[in-house]
Amino acid sequence: MEAGPFATAFHLLATFDATLAQIVGLSLRVTISAVALAALIGLPLGAALALARFPGRAAVIVLVNALMGLPPVVAGLVVYLLLSRSGPLGSLGLLFTPTAMIVAQTALILPIVISLTRQVIEDLWAEYEEQLRSLGSSRMRAIPTLLLDARFALTTVLLAGLGRAIAEVGAVLIVGGNIAGHTRTMTTAIALETSRGDLALALALGIILVGLTILLNGAAFAASRIGRRMTG
Amino acid sequence: MSAMHGSHSILPLRVRGLGLTLDGARLINDVSFDIPPRSRTVVIGPNGAGKSLLLRLCHGLLAPSEGDISWSGPAASDGRKRHAMVFQRPVMLRRSALANLTHALALAGLPLRERNARAEAALERFGLGALAHRPARVLSGGEQQRLAIARAWALRPELLFLDEPTSALDPAATRAIEAMIATIHAEGVAIVMTTHDLGQARRHADEVLFLHRGRIVERSPAYAFFERPATPEARAFVAGELVW
Ligand SMILES: Nc1ncnc2c1ncn2[C@@H]1O[C@H](COP(=O)(O)OP(=O)(O)OP(=O)(O)O)[C@@H](O)[C@H]1O
Ligand SMILES: [Mg+2]
Repeated sequence: MEAGPFATAFHLLATFDATLAQIVGLSLRVTISAVALAALIGLPLGAALALARFPGRAAVIVLVNALMGLPPVVAGLVVYLLLSRSGPLGSLGLLFTPTAMIVAQTALILPIVISLTRQVIEDLWAEYEEQLRSLGSSRMRAIPTLLLDARFALTTVLLAGLGRAIAEVGAVLIVGGNIAGHTRTMTTAIALETSRGDLALALALGIILVGLTILLNGAAFAASRIGRRMTG
Repeated sequence: MSAMHGSHSILPLRVRGLGLTLDGARLINDVSFDIPPRSRTVVIGPNGAGKSLLLRLCHGLLAPSEGDISWSGPAASDGRKRHAMVFQRPVMLRRSALANLTHALALAGLPLRERNARAEAALERFGLGALAHRPARVLSGGEQQRLAIARAWALRPELLFLDEPTSALDPAATRAIEAMIATIHAEGVAIVMTTHDLGQARRHADEVLFLHRGRIVERSPAYAFFERPATPEARAFVAGELVW
């Protein structure tokens, strides 16, 4: 009789061997780097999209909204084409490295961060507009003000990105290649173990992944709770 | 601070033939008046008369459909915006009381190293020093309104627009706000204020603008307005009979 998935998960955690540590570590490194990059690019872009007025703005908003549903395999494929030897960035030699996986996940969650940020910042601008204009703020000058004041709502935006990135398998599989000890993550390992028939191990990894996601969200929630209490 | 204004004044403000049409509705119609330096003008009129719109137009938040708003003093063209506004519902940033002031000072172009001192001085000036590090949003309505006035004062305006500064406040908070306004006026700042409180209008007006359906129905010195209102609408309003 094989051990059940919970027992296997528990056993994996209890013995927490180097291979597992490496897989979990890489998953976290890739996803957290991607979220950080997407935040760096997406928060200002989303705020700018909320406040700037230019021809074609509505079309851009629709496009970014639509890209929120971008299938991870498609994001992976596009990055693959860019980074493959014959692609425009092929000379960088990044394909099948963690860096390529970070790029692919960033591309995947960037539309989510931009689109949700735009919505949050537009709502806050509606509330602040008169006051800020009265104080002499231009629309563009309002961007840093609004990003700072929307910090708690934006934490949730980044958590949405984090959730999508840590859960996806298609993008990292295509550009990373699921190479053991190098580009294998929780999700690609789960896909592999499932196809090999080791369902208990796959499920155990799944349990650890979900537990980790809950832990990250709990930490972010607690941090924003404390921040809110201190700064209103 | 305001003693310096005198010859460097942006006032008088001259408003001529001001009109505003939004979505086909004529909301402000042929409004003309002057705001001299150091004056106190109270704009009164029933709900929907256009008082808030008139203040927004003068403060530059709305573009008029017709007419002129000209700052006619010798310093009018030096670029700095020297009029501030306190809104009917104060908007506080999700930051500390002090940070609300330093942010306003940053927008006004004050150098970083001077902001804290100026902001702290403004809070102290109005007895708000103890609230400096509290989140502005959790302050009471009265405290937020006092903070909003302190924030406007910190900008060293020459003219302060106040839109119903006490409409949502209890009598004690109302007295505190009125004392602030009196202090600020005593420093030489011109005041343009709307109110529904006729007692407040009597206490704070040198001149009354009585607005009705977007038009100035009566414009007179305060004592004259309250003693002998010239128009039937103003008589009805002073007598407390609602006019529309
Ligand atoms: N953005 C807008 N678009 C269309 N109509 C507007 C707009 N803003 C205000 N109005 C209308 O203009 C009229 C005057 O509004 P305003 O807010 O100036 O009145 P008020 O005299 O300040 O009233 P209150 O005493 O209730 O504050 C109202 O009928 C209002 O519905
Ligand atoms: Mg009003």
